[in-house]
Amino acid sequence: MALPNHTPLNYRIWHYTYLTFCGFVFFFLIAPLFVILPLSFNAEQYIHFSAKMLALDPEGFSLRWYEDMIYGTKNPWGLATKNSLIIAFFATIGSTILGTVAALGLSSRHMPYKAAFMALLISPMIVPLIISGTAIFFFMAKVGLAATHTGIVLSHIILGTPFVVITVTATLSGFDHSVTRAAASLGSNPVNTFMKITLPLIMPGVISGALFAFVTSFDEVVVVLFLAGLENTTIPIQMWVGLREQLSPTIMAVATCLIVMSTLILVTAELLRRRSERLRGINR
Amino acid sequence: MSKEQILSSDGIPLEQSLKKAERKNKLKAVLLVAPLFLFILIIYVFPIGDMLFRSVDDRMITKMLPKTFKAMESWDGQDLPDEPVYKAIYEDLKYLKENKTYGKIIARLNYEKSGFSSLIKKTVRKLKKIEEGNYKEQFIKIHKRWGQPEYLVALRNAAPNWSYAKYLKGVDMRFDQNKNIVQVEEDRRIYKILWMRTINVAFWVTLFCFVLAYPISHLLATLPMKYSNLLMICVLLPFWTSLLVRTSSWMVLLQQQGPINDLIVWLGLAADDNRPELMYNVIGTFVAMTQILLPFMVLPLYSVMKTISPSLMRAGKSLGGTPLVSFVKIYFPLTIPGIGAGCLLVFILAIGYYITPALVGGASGSLISNTIAYHMKSSLDWAFASALGTMLLVGVLAIYWVYNKLVGIDNIKLG
Repeated sequence: MALPNHTPLNYRIWHYTYLTFCGFVFFFLIAPLFVILPLSFNAEQYIHFSAKMLALDPEGFSLRWYEDMIYGTKNPWGLATKNSLIIAFFATIGSTILGTVAALGLSSRHMPYKAAFMALLISPMIVPLIISGTAIFFFMAKVGLAATHTGIVLSHIILGTPFVVITVTATLSGFDHSVTRAAASLGSNPVNTFMKITLPLIMPGVISGALFAFVTSFDEVVVVLFLAGLENTTIPIQMWVGLREQLSPTIMAVATCLIVMSTLILVTAELLRRRSERLRGINR
Repeated sequence: MSKEQILSSDGIPLEQSLKKAERKNKLKAVLLVAPLFLFILIIYVFPIGDMLFRSVDDRMITKMLPKTFKAMESWDGQDLPDEPVYKAIYEDLKYLKENKTYGKIIARLNYEKSGFSSLIKKTVRKLKKIEEGNYKEQFIKIHKRWGQPEYLVALRNAAPNWSYAKYLKGVDMRFDQNKNIVQVEEDRRIYKILWMRTINVAFWVTLFCFVLAYPISHLLATLPMKYSNLLMICVLLPFWTSLLVRTSSWMVLLQQQGPINDLIVWLGLAADDNRPELMYNVIGTFVAMTQILLPFMVLPLYSVMKTISPSLMRAGKSLGGTPLVSFVKIYFPLTIPGIGAGCLLVFILAIGYYITPALVGGASGSLISNTIAYHMKSSLDWAFASALGTMLLVGVLAIYWVYNKLVGIDNIKLG
């Protein structure tokens, strides 16, 4: 943002102060993530920058913590990754289907008490996780689903659906309902219309909701802490346990992998968002 | 004279036919929402109701000493009760001893009045020596406290099935033996401090987030697309990154030998052997929570600022307003919906935060959520955890209600 030449000095100062402040805030947001990356390649067992690392000496770097993460005998990361993926997969499918179907109903102008239903269906996102965790734990213990994958998947479906409902209703708000009426007038039944017309059009919203649901389940630790037994350990649980004991370079390696994953998810989500904005632009 | 009715093609009056179609559409919409609604009702809303129920449920003692309370019904609570009460206590305790379950009532009765622990233990130990008849005398012989009316009054006070004693405990109050509500002793008042700290942290974190987020949201909303998209990554990458990863990066940064402390020493603000504690106290909680919740403030602010046309500020300027005046009178009022949305969202999230305070907060930086977790997992006082949870829930729902009124829940924007 270049300023015109005639800008008075005090505005100039004000403007650059503002830009510096913004720069500082962006740094504050993003820099902490990048501290982890080099430390995960540390050749030593400490979580600080060794002299060799700062001198960019190749000897200061190594992949041993990644090796430890994958092959380490005592490390539970293999089981945790497997569990996390299984749980997140089923939770995502469950949340996406339930959330999308509910969003279709909520977007209908015939839906009675829309605001009240919406407020209730979104509430798992607003209620503190510790309360959700406590309540769900009592319930799962009562029905015998504590310390099972099923119990964790069900609770993650609860936590994931609000995101799907929000993203899909947002996509449907720009949806031109005359296309479904056109399909109906051409003799298509409602299921066929949904599969062939509606779903492809709202797909960006559904997928970005699914991504939210996946990330919610994959990162979720509070509810799992209440529900998981030893067999159901997940990546966040192992990180939690590790962080409570001490910071280890292996955790830095796991964290780096997670950052890479979230970068990929961010890119996908952004591309989808732009595509959906383009589609909505056509409708206008 | 009635109006002529318009008929639809199948001969039914149009009005009726329309109503029928309307009803059908309504039913269709409800049926679509029903699966998720029922799912949430069964696995989420009922369990939360069950939690409310647990927080006031105090039937354990009544169930375990049924005969005692039955016998006490005719006692006026003034002098020592008569023989039948002691006989009932004897029978109840004998039953509990045979089933080895008397341990449960000790904690509960000791909470009602201290001294019950030794009283019950001693009585149970000597239970087999008691002979039939004249129970009152034998009981007082075993322990003199059986002869003091205040212990029997305390026992009777434990009788009601429902009690909000756990809620009183949550605000450092309790019942005294005459059922009056009093404050607990000065040195045992911990929960009020905890609530105040939680609200304080949530308030300041919200304020910090606002101060940091407002300028950058403005920048993001006014920069040309190609730059703002790049900068938006700085906001969205942390947003998508695992909470534990972000917390662990703060643990790396704030530790005693960490980069921030290195910088402080290098700048000469502290001696190398006297590095300040940045973690395991409230400072760590503040800094880490502000960074972690910042995206939740930026996104709603940004989406509101994006809709404000730049020509408005230009119009303000052309009418003679200085940039400051135009900002205060035009721009700022237009951003208030975004400010409301962001602040409420961050405050709601901050007040129930658990993971970050637990990892970087230490004892002095732990919040109400951490105490709930402690009572759920360590002290196993589930009723008290439920009561604290309910109090927190009521607070959050109140803010949620305001949020819904001001912003509208369907206006939440994600990403």
